[in-house]
Amino acid sequence: MTETFYEVMRRQGISRRSFLKYCSLTAAALGLAPEFAGKIAHAMETKPRIPILWLHGLECTCCSESFIRSAHPLAKDVVLSMVSLDYDDTIMAAAGTQAEAIIEETIKKYDGNFILAVEGNAPLNQEGMSCIIAGKPFLEQLNHVAEHCKAIISWGSCASYGCVQAAHPNPTKATPTHKAIKTNKPIIKVPGCPPIAEVMTAVVTYILTFERFPELDRQGRPKMFYSQRIHDKCYRRPHFDAGQFVEKFDDEGARKGYCLYKVGCKGPTTYNACSTIRWNEGTSFPIQAGHGCIGCSEDGFWDKGSWYARLTDVHQFGIEGNADKVGGTAAAVVGTAVAAHAAISAVKRAQKKENA
Amino acid sequence: MSVINTPNGYRLDNSGKRVVVDPVTRIEGHMRCEVNLDENNVIVNAVSTGTMWRGLEVILRGRDPRDAWAFVERICGVCTGCHALTSVRAVEDALDIKIPPNAHLIREMMAKTLQVHDHVVHFYHLHALDWVNPVNALKADPKATSSLQAVVSPHHPMSSPGYFRDVQTRIKRFIESGQLGPFKNGYWDNPAYKLSPEADLMAVAHYLEALDLQKEFVKLHTVFGGKNPHPNYLVGGVPCAINMDGDMSAGAPLNMERLNFVFARIQEMVDFNKNVYVPDVIAIASFYKKQLWGGGLGALSVMDYGAYPKVNYDKSTDQLPGGVILNGNWDEIYPVDPRDPEQVQEFVDHAWYSYPDETKGLHPWDGITEPNYKLGPNAKGTSTNIEELDEEAKYSWIKAPRWKGHAVEVGPLSRYTLAYAHGVDYVVEQVNRSLAGFNQLAGTNLDAKTALNSTIGRTLARALESEYCGDMMVDDWNELISNIKNGDTSTANMDKWDPSTWPKEAKGVGTTAAPRGALGHWIRIKDGKIENYQCVVPTTWNGSPRDPAGNIGAFEASLMGTPVERADEPVEILRNLHSFDPCLACSTHVMSEDGEELANVKVR
Repeated sequence: MTETFYEVMRRQGISRRSFLKYCSLTAAALGLAPEFAGKIAHAMETKPRIPILWLHGLECTCCSESFIRSAHPLAKDVVLSMVSLDYDDTIMAAAGTQAEAIIEETIKKYDGNFILAVEGNAPLNQEGMSCIIAGKPFLEQLNHVAEHCKAIISWGSCASYGCVQAAHPNPTKATPTHKAIKTNKPIIKVPGCPPIAEVMTAVVTYILTFERFPELDRQGRPKMFYSQRIHDKCYRRPHFDAGQFVEKFDDEGARKGYCLYKVGCKGPTTYNACSTIRWNEGTSFPIQAGHGCIGCSEDGFWDKGSWYARLTDVHQFGIEGNADKVGGTAAAVVGTAVAAHAAISAVKRAQKKENA
Repeated sequence: MSVINTPNGYRLDNSGKRVVVDPVTRIEGHMRCEVNLDENNVIVNAVSTGTMWRGLEVILRGRDPRDAWAFVERICGVCTGCHALTSVRAVEDALDIKIPPNAHLIREMMAKTLQVHDHVVHFYHLHALDWVNPVNALKADPKATSSLQAVVSPHHPMSSPGYFRDVQTRIKRFIESGQLGPFKNGYWDNPAYKLSPEADLMAVAHYLEALDLQKEFVKLHTVFGGKNPHPNYLVGGVPCAINMDGDMSAGAPLNMERLNFVFARIQEMVDFNKNVYVPDVIAIASFYKKQLWGGGLGALSVMDYGAYPKVNYDKSTDQLPGGVILNGNWDEIYPVDPRDPEQVQEFVDHAWYSYPDETKGLHPWDGITEPNYKLGPNAKGTSTNIEELDEEAKYSWIKAPRWKGHAVEVGPLSRYTLAYAHGVDYVVEQVNRSLAGFNQLAGTNLDAKTALNSTIGRTLARALESEYCGDMMVDDWNELISNIKNGDTSTANMDKWDPSTWPKEAKGVGTTAAPRGALGHWIRIKDGKIENYQCVVPTTWNGSPRDPAGNIGAFEASLMGTPVERADEPVEILRNLHSFDPCLACSTHVMSEDGEELANVKVR
């Protein structure tokens, strides 16, 4: 007998009012219209907690640290009420053989029905032994779990692209998930070093709510958070358009919040939600705090020149309408329709179950 | 099968039952631990192994020194920012750049916020499950828990019986669901857990509160550095300009609202430290008064570079002064000089690297990092399926740093031992007060040296350091406001921003009190680019393998003599190791390359 989110949340002392508030915040975070809150609530009332095996390769743990910063939903609510985080070596109580046993137990009980979350990546040099888990290469653990999972989340720029350890000359041959393993399982990339906390939990909630991945772009990123450049929605954008720039740090322009483009800001070429959702519960984001964007959610950003080197391919006025942009917008419209359809389907399925 | 007596006073006997823990969980990164137990289940030999490396130092070569902070910041996302800070300090040292006082104060607040955040998350979310049994909390009487908290932390507002009943209900439902998540396969019926059900329930409630609050603490980083984890830094100062009341102040990085926001976060940290964290550690420790093992090198042979100067660039004003203490002689404190080639040296004869002469150590400015992954002749298993390591050969991705040849421990306990020995008023008062509290609760009469030199002492020192950092931040904030009031709003010195102003060759060193201990970065700059970059990080000191003389490092030393309740459940091993807050990505970030390219990796 598996319990639904709602049952679990209720049993854990969460009021129906808080539950509905959570659902409407989730809808807002996903950029969905208010009427979706009801659909999310209904879906969550009828679904069990899905197990997640969260593996760590070569990484710095910034993705996990970001995840626990999530304000809506709170990290504790994700872990206690929404998913079953059965393996995550950063927080799990068990160690050694008892920890590794969990992987086998999960595969046995939930074969094909759990999520693999990957933080970091697998090194291929040195027989893979520059990342050892239980005496064996991390790559073996990754392959094994991937073979039995339902879907894969590649957290952060390490799992999505390689990130810092894969920067030139990539001494360990650190390799992102989709290139390190052979798999036909769907992979969603949530890049960033780290990704924004609420983006991470929104991706999880979306998957749980709609029982599918959100609409992805050609790179495998969720369009809902990665279809716009930071520059497109930056609060300093008017200064860019007006030609008002910070010429050097702590100058008059820096104090007035002028555009950081001339001191190297990568906002114009970086697809992420930093200027819209912002960081740490909307507190701020790098540009607001006075430093240019370093482009940490872009593939290979470590090898694209200094943080302070000015970009050379940015148009002065307006959001330029290149093909990628126009295509992306059209797809996003389709994506919304698909998401709505999926939600309704989920509700219908739930109703059928009830009647059965 | 052999018995070895180490120069630093340990008798290692690898003849008994061998127990392997891999992975060691609830740490940053990946590590393995093997121990031998005698017939009484006491640890008589300990082998700690770093099981990952990434190669960041090699990646840095040839890059712009002003960019280095972001690369090295990604050494670790848990102690996020401390490598970036150390990096900008190393670059500024090399190029003789002096930052404005406001930049210093903002960096200090960011560093101290990291201390508080990291220490709190470590205690509640990584370490607590070594002491606290959430399953046992189900047996607690919420009313008695409320009374317990009234004694332990009288100023904490969330304390009603109803509150604890709600928490208990939530945990009960969670456990009854059968999906135990992170608590799955824990050691919940192991007699090594000593708390009363009420203390367990109180601690579980604070586990959840701390999880909610830690995300508030780091917002200080978000204001000053734009995000957390991995806030932004700047060579020459800080990127957040100040505009108190001029044109467009509202869109400026720092204005009155932003600074008030920061102060509110500081206040939350101060309150949580005083009302919850420090009292919890003392209360929990009192249940473990008989488990005073795990000291190892702690409080006896310790090192730190010194940190938190009241006046920047004046080491004599360090609020946690540095130095080295050897063999428990608190009356003699040796000065530390990170530039002296004879002091800090790294050895590799037991690490998976090669030196031309592995009997000697190398100073970081002259460091070589050349990987050499191979198991010793007595290892069991294969190179890609290790069953048991051979600690007489190479056995870890961590190098062995030594101070003048001595194995030393670093970390909050080391800093507190030094500060106590230096007679820092705040620290002496704090240690004595918390010790009195512990003795009262536990019915013991322990002195500072005895109590601190233990796993509990290491954990207590971390909490006390968190409290000190919270209080120091209040001073920093007030000083920043005072500077601004006096007309100084400068946050960056850009005089030497342009590489054309730099000397052709330069070398520098930066040090910080990272959450896990003494952190140093050494840089050589040539023709405006990084020629060599080496980091010697806290977990490299603590997690080091043996050195050519046979000295064991702090992790291994702490395990020696520790009795375990059940050989197949590593609670005590985890407890000792976690008391150091191991950070393996930090310790083993060092380089690598394979095959023919090895020759190119020699960094001299």
